Amino acid sequence: MTYRSHADLGGQDVRGAIVPEPEGEIFHAPWEPRVMALVVAMGPTGMSNIDMNRSVRETLPNYRDLSYYEIWLAALEKLALQKGLLGRSPPPPKQVLRAETVLGVIKKGFPALRPTTRPARFSIGDRVRTAAVQPPHHTRLPGYARGKVGVIERIHGAHVFPDTNARELGESPQWLYTVAFDAQELWGEAGRSQRSRISVDAFEPYLEAA
Amino acid sequence: MSEHEHHHHDEHAQSKPPSALELRVRALEALLTEKGYIDPAALDILIDAYETKIGPRNGAQVVARAWCDPQFRRWLLDDATAAIASMGFTGRQGEHMVAVENTPEVHNMVVCTLCSCYPWSVLGLPPTWYKSAPYRARAVKDPRGVLKEFGVELPESTRIRIWDSTAEVRYLVLPQRPHQTEHLSERELANLVTRDSMIGTGLPNLA
Repeated sequence: MTYRSHADLGGQDVRGAIVPEPEGEIFHAPWEPRVMALVVAMGPTGMSNIDMNRSVRETLPNYRDLSYYEIWLAALEKLALQKGLLGRSPPPPKQVLRAETVLGVIKKGFPALRPTTRPARFSIGDRVRTAAVQPPHHTRLPGYARGKVGVIERIHGAHVFPDTNARELGESPQWLYTVAFDAQELWGEAGRSQRSRISVDAFEPYLEAA
Repeated sequence: MSEHEHHHHDEHAQSKPPSALELRVRALEALLTEKGYIDPAALDILIDAYETKIGPRNGAQVVARAWCDPQFRRWLLDDATAAIASMGFTGRQGEHMVAVENTPEVHNMVVCTLCSCYPWSVLGLPPTWYKSAPYRARAVKDPRGVLKEFGVELPESTRIRIWDSTAEVRYLVLPQRPHQTEHLSERELANLVTRDSMIGTGLPNLA
């Protein structure tokens, strides 16, 4: 089965202005805060994980026509249906956020760092080449950074691997690195005048020594 | 779901009838509540927290402290998660923080080209433009053009460093302290720190 993300936008030819927004303008319709809170509150129930959420969102066929909270809503509806939450015998929630506990849970957060006994394959300063081929499932290496040579700049420890976690194949923690590229490596001649460097956070399986 | 349970929506309601989206959200919330996944009272608290407590004024306090306290600045740049936590700002979408410092030589700018990853614990919910296709598409390829749209023109000699948040690490830009602010208190300095200056699409206000 083919997998198509509509969310991989970096470097694409997208028309339209970037419209700055005042700081206090948080929501733009009365239903938006409700969707935000629903998505946050569904996290601890165990219905899905953050990588499944992203996978369902990015594969919505009309992703590019929807506002961000519309995307969140459509994905939440889809997952709730897929996971049988709205059926006759819904799976019991792992944890329900209550008024008394919700802020404590949010303040604790949901760290992605995991213990590992495997040593990191790369060190700071190493040159690496990113995977060229897009796998047929959710992944977090953007298209513009595929098959490119960059330098390891930071090492973040082993984190939950979205490629497996999104498919419910387990967290399978992988070393996570910040890999920085010259603009010219990514964009050719067009990148030269930008005088910029761009980094992605890349999981070890996305990288090979260069 | 009985009518009185709708009260939290009605507080926001205008005189016009609810939109199709509003009805969809109400239906989903009612179902998830009925099935025991959601406590609507917790949703009210979450919304209030992100409207009034968890926002860019948190990040502004972090930046102002880093401007005033060299030891804190060092800590922030070495271990942003711990330094920021020491000020009480922790949690969802800020579990793994990295602070990146602007200098005359380098200007940092943050984007999430794949979705809308953003450091909620210090900046709150992301603005619409941050989640929009034009910003996500252009920030990595034409950062100088994007900065121009925000009214920011950097010297040619300043290099730009773009951080694409493609995993669970969240980035906070530590902007340069504006000149002639030596007389200001930490609190006054925090007032100069704009949200956009902590994303890298703006600069702090001048004193």
